[in-house]
Amino acid sequence: MKKAKIMEKKQKLDAKEGQRLLQQMILIRRFEEKSAEEYTKSKIRGFLHLYTGEEAVAVGVIQALTEEDNILCTYREHGHALARGVDPNAIMAEMYGKQEGCSKGRGGSMHLFDATKNFFGGNAIVSGHLPVSVGMALAAKKQKKNNVTCCFFGEGAAAEGEFHESMNLAALWEVPVLFVSENNLYAMGTSIKLTHSVQQLEKKGPAYGIESAAVDGMDLLAVMEATAKAVKTIKEKGKPYFLVCNTYRFRAHSMFDAELYREKSEVEEWKKKDPIPKFQEFLLKGKLITAKKITEIEKAADAQIQEAIEFAENGTWEDTENLTRFVYSETESI
Amino acid sequence: MIKFQMPSLGADMEAGTLVEWRKQPGELLHRGDIIADVETQKGLIEIEVFDEGTLEKFLVKEGEKVPVGTVLALINDGKAEVSESAVPTEETPKPEIHPIEERPETPQEKTEEGERIKISPLARKIAEENRVDISLLQGTGPEGSIVKKDVEKAISEGVKPIQEAQKKTEETSAKLAAPNVNAMRMAVAAAMSKSNREIPHYYLEKRMDMSKAMDWVKEANKERPIQKRLLPVALLIKAVAKALDEVPDLNATWENGLQRKNEINIGFVVSLRSGGIVVPAILQTDSKSVDEIMENLNDLIPRARAFKLRSSELSQSTFTITSIGEGGADKVFGLIYPPQVGIVGFGEISEQPFADEGMLGIRPVVDVTLAADHRATDGLIGSKFLAALNRHLQNPEEL
Amino acid sequence: MSDMIKITYREAIKQAIRDVMQKDERVFLMGEDVGNYGGAFAVSKGLLKEFGADRIMDVPLSESGFTGAGIGAALAGMKPIVEVMTVNFSLLAMDQIVNNASTLLHMSGGQLNVPVVIRMGCGIGRQLAAQHSHSWEPFFAHVPGLIVLSVGTHEDARGMLLSAMQSPDPVVIFEYTFMLNLEKEIPADAGAVEIKKAKVLREGKDISLITYGAGVYKCLEAAEALGEEGIDAEVVDLRVLRPMDEETFLASVKKTHRALVVEEAWKSVSISSEVISRIMEKAFFDLDGPVERLCGVEVPIPYPKHLEDASIPQVSDILEKVKKMLKP
Repeated sequence: MKKAKIMEKKQKLDAKEGQRLLQQMILIRRFEEKSAEEYTKSKIRGFLHLYTGEEAVAVGVIQALTEEDNILCTYREHGHALARGVDPNAIMAEMYGKQEGCSKGRGGSMHLFDATKNFFGGNAIVSGHLPVSVGMALAAKKQKKNNVTCCFFGEGAAAEGEFHESMNLAALWEVPVLFVSENNLYAMGTSIKLTHSVQQLEKKGPAYGIESAAVDGMDLLAVMEATAKAVKTIKEKGKPYFLVCNTYRFRAHSMFDAELYREKSEVEEWKKKDPIPKFQEFLLKGKLITAKKITEIEKAADAQIQEAIEFAENGTWEDTENLTRFVYSETESI
Repeated sequence: MIKFQMPSLGADMEAGTLVEWRKQPGELLHRGDIIADVETQKGLIEIEVFDEGTLEKFLVKEGEKVPVGTVLALINDGKAEVSESAVPTEETPKPEIHPIEERPETPQEKTEEGERIKISPLARKIAEENRVDISLLQGTGPEGSIVKKDVEKAISEGVKPIQEAQKKTEETSAKLAAPNVNAMRMAVAAAMSKSNREIPHYYLEKRMDMSKAMDWVKEANKERPIQKRLLPVALLIKAVAKALDEVPDLNATWENGLQRKNEINIGFVVSLRSGGIVVPAILQTDSKSVDEIMENLNDLIPRARAFKLRSSELSQSTFTITSIGEGGADKVFGLIYPPQVGIVGFGEISEQPFADEGMLGIRPVVDVTLAADHRATDGLIGSKFLAALNRHLQNPEEL
Repeated sequence: MSDMIKITYREAIKQAIRDVMQKDERVFLMGEDVGNYGGAFAVSKGLLKEFGADRIMDVPLSESGFTGAGIGAALAGMKPIVEVMTVNFSLLAMDQIVNNASTLLHMSGGQLNVPVVIRMGCGIGRQLAAQHSHSWEPFFAHVPGLIVLSVGTHEDARGMLLSAMQSPDPVVIFEYTFMLNLEKEIPADAGAVEIKKAKVLREGKDISLITYGAGVYKCLEAAEALGEEGIDAEVVDLRVLRPMDEETFLASVKKTHRALVVEEAWKSVSISSEVISRIMEKAFFDLDGPVERLCGVEVPIPYPKHLEDASIPQVSDILEKVKKMLKP
């Protein structure tokens, strides 16, 4: 049975696409590692939330979205931005605070925005962007567009009032929003066991009349399959969908976190499920990639990231005189 | 050689304690390896290396607490020159922060005559433009402040503008700038008018025998050098001070009620050669000896005439003495300087017939008057005061 | 002068909504009870029938949810009018307004516009007690990135919304529910009014009465009465609480030299605090006396009428205060 399943997956994925997906995950992994390093050197300041370990979710979901679809994320959004095609140079410059950054340096790590890619942040208030995503989907419906609004958030957000209001509104208004909860088991330092009365989050969807599913977030192929189904459902029925991706972050919540709330052994267990080696193995076994190619991809990723660092280093600081820009629009009306 | 430094893990991390080295010198290090455990305010954090090489040596011992950026160890990467792997804070030049707005300097408004005049900014501006002396104005605005219409009224009534600019000199802020004589006269006029208008004066007088006092002064002066020779007025001042000590209701101010003053600062009227008067005060008169009082007089009078008095010397009087001096009237009935409640007037010390114990003689006498505020005291108190004053003048050696 | 028509404050707002809905298909109204109920205060009565449920949306009691949705819809190219039934419920939507609407333009480095209009009923005077009587204009006027308007007159009720819809930035509009039944005259062809400046509604030379919202008609009434006693008062309606037009009231104070600020919001840390600071900063030397203010008494609004009335400035208070200021 298992073999047949693998064969099935192999048929749906060609080498080119497979390599592209692996490249994305590797780029994200290395980009995050490099960001950690830059942070310890004080090049990046404020808060830095890394996506290490969760790559399969961003890559797996976003590959199913089109250019017209909208994406909203949390502050742990570097991976999503990269998967979406936001320029790594612009992301690094943004984290450095330079005006060449994707948000002109005004936002930093937690507020990556790229309107050209329909990438709407980078939102730092947990669950604050959920109602906004419902509104974007509402607009799409009114405009008779066929796009999907994809809203990423953690399991911690599912405790906030906005989650419940948003689920209700999305279902009530029947709007094309894909809610993706990346359940990494910890809301900062608090285990899901201590925050949710019902820990299988996918059970919350049906309470609002929303079709829901849960998937292994460490398995790229599983995520891809689940997302394909979700997006199909949304486009056919015009109704929202709730996808729970069960995953794990290998690093701390943010840079300055002693991880007192979880056992090292637990981290090690989850590292065994690392999505990158897992997918690599799948590709190798299916002869969709060679070891040499993997090395090439890794080197290319490193080079691309190095370029991003240089770009950020050479970037410029916005003039303090311009401090009060972007409070109000510089155009009169739209 | 790479310098491995204590990393910054957050903007609020200032230092860390190296709890344990997880690698030993000689060990090969790979990117991502945990090299040490560091204790921070958030707890124990594993520190990773981002470089490849051999751990060469430790520079910080286990248990040591060091600031972020301190070199903890050296890593041999095979290169000759020493490079820093982790650069501490603020290496790149930070952009200059310029102040967004410059606060304009507002000119300091100095006080006049030691007392703050309440005047609206607008009225002050108009007064300055028209060179009206605001110290002469009565305010009708909120809290008695001088307002625009008061200044305009003064302009239309032709109050003489200030001749000279009232600019402050380089003197210390404690000194009063030289006022214009005319302005002073106007100020006195204003005060006297107010006194006449508001204070119900009653008058008492007593002729006092000055023989003992004069004898005492004569004797005292024999023992004193010329500069320190006493004048009878110094005696009079001390006597008044002592009398006030016994009758404190006269050493007070009246503003909706009697407020006794703790200090006895006797102001005495100095007439100016150019006309007009000024009333400097001897501070703490009661605690000074007659000699000290004389010294004060010698200091104050010339300064008064040269307009070089301090504002405290002009504003601190609690009681006033006016003395007519030689070749003038026999008695002087003064007007009380508000908000004081009394003023003593000394006439000329002259030889007059004087009855004492059934005998008629010629003695130096002085006619002393007391003008007092009938809201604050009545004749009985006033009399008591004069009696005490007289008693003191009869016992000059005890002053 | 054009023909005048009589209109209630309510009707003026309603006509404004109809105007913007008719002119632009992207505009839709969303709020609690705006559709089938006809509007909590009957402002949107009949609009559901006229425009349909797609454009007049009744929403559940989810202030954060539907305000955020309005913001999202604006991001995606629609022109929503979010109606928060009263400002008293706006705190539930505060995070969306302050952390999303006012910040998205800035956080994105100028990429994203949020052209959402949020209308809120507010005011005091119906004995609705502490939780239903707030004057929270100061809270919102504090936030950079928002445009905050106060509808103190019928002209503004008819015209402010029209201009607000043209703004690429989020606009919060305060409407005063106790004025809804009040009828006044406005020009028959009244339309959009600008939303950048304050307005001198009555010229005078003795004192500037600076106010907004519920204080406007009170100050005008007081000015009339003062006129009969020989005091010529100028009345300035602030209209735009953020970004505040200080030029107009500074010019007024420079002319009259005295000022009284009138508002219903609690005194400390209020709009008057800001206005008076600016007068002190920029018109100090034109003042002939201290600037004073009449504000809401700092107490949660009580229920009984006499206490409620005593907790905000009334016309008689304004008269008394002005007379005291000018004739001490």
